[in-house]
Amino acid sequence: MTALLTNEGAVPAGASVIIVGGGVTGLSAGWWLARSGIDVLVLEKGIVGWEASGRNGGSTAHPFSPLFKVEQQLWPQMDELLGYPTEYQAHRLRVALNEAQMAHYMRIIALAERQGAAWEPLDAHQLKELVPFVTDANLGGVLCRYGGHANPQRTVQAFAWAMQDSGGRLLQHTTVRGISTTGGRVTAVITDRGVFNCDVLVLAAGPQTGELAALIDVNVPLASARVEMIVTEPVARLKYGGVDGNGIYGRQTLRGNLAYGGGPHEWLCPDEMPPPQRRSTFVMRSLAKRLAEMFPHVAQARVIRSWAGFVENTPDGRPVLCRLSDPNNVVIATMSSVGFGLSPASGRAVMELARDGVCSCADLSPLHLNRFAALPRDWRTRMGWLPDSQRGING
Amino acid sequence: MSPRDLASIEGKAPVPSAHVPVMVIGAGAAGLSAAIETAQLGIAVMLVEEQPVSTGTMGLDVPLFFGQRMAASRSNAHMMQQILESDPRIAEAYELGIDVQLGVCAWAVFANPAADAATAVPLLVGLADDHRSWFVSCDRLIVAAGARDLCLGFPGWEKPGVLGVQGALQLIERYDAFTGSKLLVLGAGALGVRVAERAAAKGLSLAGVVDIDTAFAGTEHGRRFQELGVPLYAGHIIQEARGTTEVNSAVLAALDAAGRPIDGSQKTVACDSIVLAIGAVPNIELLDSLNCQLEFAAAKGGWVPRLDANRTTSVKAVYAVGDCAGLGGDAVDEGKRVARAMVASLEGGAAVSEPELMAPPSVTEDSGVARLRAWMRAQIQVSGLDVLVCQCEEVTRREIVELRAPRYVPSPKSSKCARDLHTLAADGPLNQDQVKRLTRAGMGPCQGRRCREQVQALLEQVADCAPGAVPLARYRPPVRPLPLNILAADSEPALLRDHWVAWFNISTQWLAHWEPKPVPLADAGRAPQPGEGE
Repeated sequence: MTALLTNEGAVPAGASVIIVGGGVTGLSAGWWLARSGIDVLVLEKGIVGWEASGRNGGSTAHPFSPLFKVEQQLWPQMDELLGYPTEYQAHRLRVALNEAQMAHYMRIIALAERQGAAWEPLDAHQLKELVPFVTDANLGGVLCRYGGHANPQRTVQAFAWAMQDSGGRLLQHTTVRGISTTGGRVTAVITDRGVFNCDVLVLAAGPQTGELAALIDVNVPLASARVEMIVTEPVARLKYGGVDGNGIYGRQTLRGNLAYGGGPHEWLCPDEMPPPQRRSTFVMRSLAKRLAEMFPHVAQARVIRSWAGFVENTPDGRPVLCRLSDPNNVVIATMSSVGFGLSPASGRAVMELARDGVCSCADLSPLHLNRFAALPRDWRTRMGWLPDSQRGING
Repeated sequence: MSPRDLASIEGKAPVPSAHVPVMVIGAGAAGLSAAIETAQLGIAVMLVEEQPVSTGTMGLDVPLFFGQRMAASRSNAHMMQQILESDPRIAEAYELGIDVQLGVCAWAVFANPAADAATAVPLLVGLADDHRSWFVSCDRLIVAAGARDLCLGFPGWEKPGVLGVQGALQLIERYDAFTGSKLLVLGAGALGVRVAERAAAKGLSLAGVVDIDTAFAGTEHGRRFQELGVPLYAGHIIQEARGTTEVNSAVLAALDAAGRPIDGSQKTVACDSIVLAIGAVPNIELLDSLNCQLEFAAAKGGWVPRLDANRTTSVKAVYAVGDCAGLGGDAVDEGKRVARAMVASLEGGAAVSEPELMAPPSVTEDSGVARLRAWMRAQIQVSGLDVLVCQCEEVTRREIVELRAPRYVPSPKSSKCARDLHTLAADGPLNQDQVKRLTRAGMGPCQGRRCREQVQALLEQVADCAPGAVPLARYRPPVRPLPLNILAADSEPALLRDHWVAWFNISTQWLAHWEPKPVPLADAGRAPQPGEGE
């Protein structure tokens, strides 16, 4: 199985656990492993957090996840645990411009409430006090006394540095070319910078997790898409900077910038891996429109940048977080496009799966890959998760 | 046919306000020449020129480093008139029927997101004026975006009155709207001579010209300064700009042979404007945001598009000409040639290969790459590291070198503070975008125009590597700061509006993940839940 070996002469030291993917999930897992005394090495094809992990809405509120409680416990401690700032800020606000929007938020907030999280309704006046530049036409909203937001790139870097401080190793600009298996176990990862032996392998490579899993004949059904956000110049600071509404999500940075995303995504062709260079699109005008509608009193704020990046989704939009049975020393970790906020918890879960074989901090059985065992081969076509050019329209 | 995910971008491209066969961005020498030649060949052209920009935009030092030296009282009509009078070829362009759009900026160019490389798909150009934004599509795009100012920070450079040579020339020459009266010029090259000549012609006074080069007095440029009666400060560097609300003087220091300041050599020179004339930077922002391939060419001013024999970029149907394609060269001649090659390709003929087009622009001494590095070394010797580099985000050289989070980010008590540019470089080659996100240098409203090259040079100095070794910090649209209510779409395709969702449209994604649900294979045509997308 080592046909792809290109640099046999130089065999660098391996590690007890090798994590492929220096995104927020892989680096959090690396940090958790390193601080529990396990020899860990993270391989990253480029720079840490360079895809969706470093450019996203920064939300830390995911009540639909079995990891929600762990997420909520950990975030307020992360700066001190890591020793580097994440810019974490507590609480989130939802702005409703109509009854339907309010009902939509309440469906998700109900999930948080069932798990003991607190929230309170806000009338239009109360909302205006918290968000002075919100539209006068608001119907009120909700203050979620859970969740919050953090700075994505700073958080990813904090995980990477904290992992290194605890003895974990990071190798950037290193591309995986193959995976060696012997007797039903992965034994080594083959890269363009040598071969690395391992006892356990974690695949946490975002959009490329499927391609990597295919190297060991494991099917992880994923489709990747580009999503985008816009960023304004700084405006007056809000008490709570995580404010969603009007079909867009985002946050105010500690500096005061408004960073918002939402709207159409662009599916990539299945063979477009690694993803092409990122780019924003005309959607930025529609983002600006919705942000100006929600916050008309700062509609003069200038948009000064945009982001675009690639995320992967599983067919049900839920993570795959599990340890495989064959090979039995591989952990799959894709968060299905919603990975940033859950990262303190998902990293801990991956650490437990890698170290103990099972996760004790949450019941991850619903997130096992085996739920897709009977997935039809043409799932992606049937769900329309393809660009038009791949659906037969353009010939 | 398989279903389409109606929440995806497919089928949602906006209908542009207009379509033109050819668009030229920038009405400088190269752009005007290209537009006129195209029109004379019988092809309809739209020529977009962002000047005159509003004084509000100028106040951000966009697109040039104006340093608050623009007269606020000048009306838009005055500015427009000045522009028309600044180049008779603008009137010629109107007479030829060219659709000249003055005061309109191009803030983005989008290739069709579903572009098939084999088919010629129109480009979508985002335009804006002070009131609204809109899209125009075109079959061919000639980018003639010119150059901007190369900046280098020194103590006090954030004070009103410190400006770039391009900004100064615009205000003095093109607008007749310059509020300074006594200029100190930093940099004794051709750009310095040019601003000194124009200032002298306008009756402005010149406080001196400063260059770290000890021998420039004997050069052609040095002689020209002397003819103009400008005091020469050879082998000097600025140590500080002084003044309370704005610049009123500069402190200069003489440098020794090793480039260090000589104690006691400091002298104070009275001036109200300090003009940075160490070089210019090709305006590649649109080209980079379009993913045109770039290359680093110090003699051409730094990062420039990689062009083929017909001055086509790596993106089909996009051409680059003039200073944005590399400083120097004969802009008028190049403009004509690129127009002829472009028209030939538009008419479906084989692309005309004009070998002369391949000739590199003549090397210009005002390509400031090497000069910036030399001046920065001297500047660090004179003023140290505690000097602003990024004015917008108030980031100093030290904060970049020490890779510090901004001052307003609370530091954890457990902070180990063991990270800096050196440890980052040990983890992999330095990358300016990574440093930007950690320090915020380059993240402000001027969109990095004033600090980008300084940060790059600083990283290269720390890493001790060649110019261009640190990858370019990427440009991203909008490449002009645009208010939300200007950028906002005035109308949207119904499909975009009706199927808007904040995040994908997977019915099982926001339900409790501990409750198993079948894969929603039939979600493709699902309408957003009420309230989800409005």
